[in-house]
Amino acid sequence: MKRRDFLKGCLMCSAAAAVGTGSKAQAAGSFEGYPDAMGVLVDLTRCVGCRSCEAACNKEQRLPEPDVPFDDTSVFEEKRRPTERAYTVVNKYETGQGEPVYRKIQCNHCNEPACLTSCFVNAYTKTKEGAVIYNPKICVGCRNCMIACPFNVPGYSYSSAFNPVVKKCIFCHDTRLKNGRPPACVEACPQEVLTFGKRADLIKLGHERIRETPTRYYDKIYGEKEVGGTGWLYLSSVPFDKVGFDTTLQNEPIISNVKDFLGMVPMVLAIWPALFTGVHLLSTKNKDGHDDHDDSHNGTGGH
Amino acid sequence: MRTACTWIMLAIATVTITLSLPQKAAAIPDKIDIGSLEALYKKVNFDHAAHIKTIYDCAVCHHHTTGALVTDPNCVRCHKTSNPTKDVACRNCHRKDPFSADVMNEKLNPNRYHNDIPGLKGAYHQSCLGCHKKMNGPTGCQDCHKRKPEGDAMFNAGEFAPKKPAGKGHGGH
Repeated sequence: MKRRDFLKGCLMCSAAAAVGTGSKAQAAGSFEGYPDAMGVLVDLTRCVGCRSCEAACNKEQRLPEPDVPFDDTSVFEEKRRPTERAYTVVNKYETGQGEPVYRKIQCNHCNEPACLTSCFVNAYTKTKEGAVIYNPKICVGCRNCMIACPFNVPGYSYSSAFNPVVKKCIFCHDTRLKNGRPPACVEACPQEVLTFGKRADLIKLGHERIRETPTRYYDKIYGEKEVGGTGWLYLSSVPFDKVGFDTTLQNEPIISNVKDFLGMVPMVLAIWPALFTGVHLLSTKNKDGHDDHDDSHNGTGGH
Repeated sequence: MRTACTWIMLAIATVTITLSLPQKAAAIPDKIDIGSLEALYKKVNFDHAAHIKTIYDCAVCHHHTTGALVTDPNCVRCHKTSNPTKDVACRNCHRKDPFSADVMNEKLNPNRYHNDIPGLKGAYHQSCLGCHKKMNGPTGCQDCHKRKPEGDAMFNAGEFAPKKPAGKGHGGH
């Protein structure tokens, strides 16, 4: 009877754990970010490639001197990505439809950041203002977040021999965002490509722009749904894959891909040893008869 | 001395009152100094008269505010028969600080249609540069506003240009 109870208990525990992890995973997928989180709507149809945002970012974040001046347009000859020396870069795309399209790249400040999920020392934080920030003092430089980020955003201080850490756009959180001010790039942009506001309002604004001038825009806001939604959103005149966006990304947050599996780990660690010990004891008893068991009983009884 | 002061005060008052009156044809300025980016750039000496001669239609830049006929189907819905407004200067509707808390709170009013008005800097550049592209006007940043030394510092240009050779050549070592 006792053995049967033990096995029953094991099965019930594992069943309960499986149900529990299932419901958690669903909750993660439906999280739409903090209600008052701020964002930026990037209207690519307005950008003229002046690189003022890059210059402003460089000064605000006290980044090292650039290789070439910020008014040098030769940088558009290649497609750049953010680095430890430049948290935002603008790339140029010839789409074959009139004017070239310029695209600003920086951290998109996801609602459910994959970098945060992948960080095993918890260096990352998603703030209630909407910024994804990190603590360089905690960062051990493992670069998991660089692999996890679906937008290839985090840069790495390869130049530092002794304390290399990850470096990326923090939405000017420390100097501006937490005081209710827009980031430096937004303020510097002459064309108001960048509209700062609550993410929820910006989505309405973006759809309204598309509705009012449908000939100007491709009918989609990039970042509204991608990987669970991003704080930075984009409007474009051409399909997004023509200007370097990854349009194959899932709408589910990246964490949903691993949460089911990760939820199993504690269950496996806690229950499997007990379960298999029980199975082992049962099987050895059936094979070898009562001797072992009786011995142990006698042994304990002797004391 | 006191009379001189009074006269000067009176003159200033007259000028202020004249400027604040609804603008009539006679009050249209020929030249406008635009200095909103003075921290980094020299003032733009905007030749209003030359632009009027080239474009004629006030509505191209001033929308419905001058009483000129608007043609944009979106605007026509409400402004087909709009009267001229008291203020027609860009800065009266396009705010210098479009992302300040005050302006953002104004946008929360659900009865307000115009909740996507660009700030002053955005409005200038979108309107001017957009038209200059179509009409083959000057489109380079410094064609309209020359950078000050502060601007050069911001862009790491001019005397603030990076001293070391550009990254590409440097990689050979």
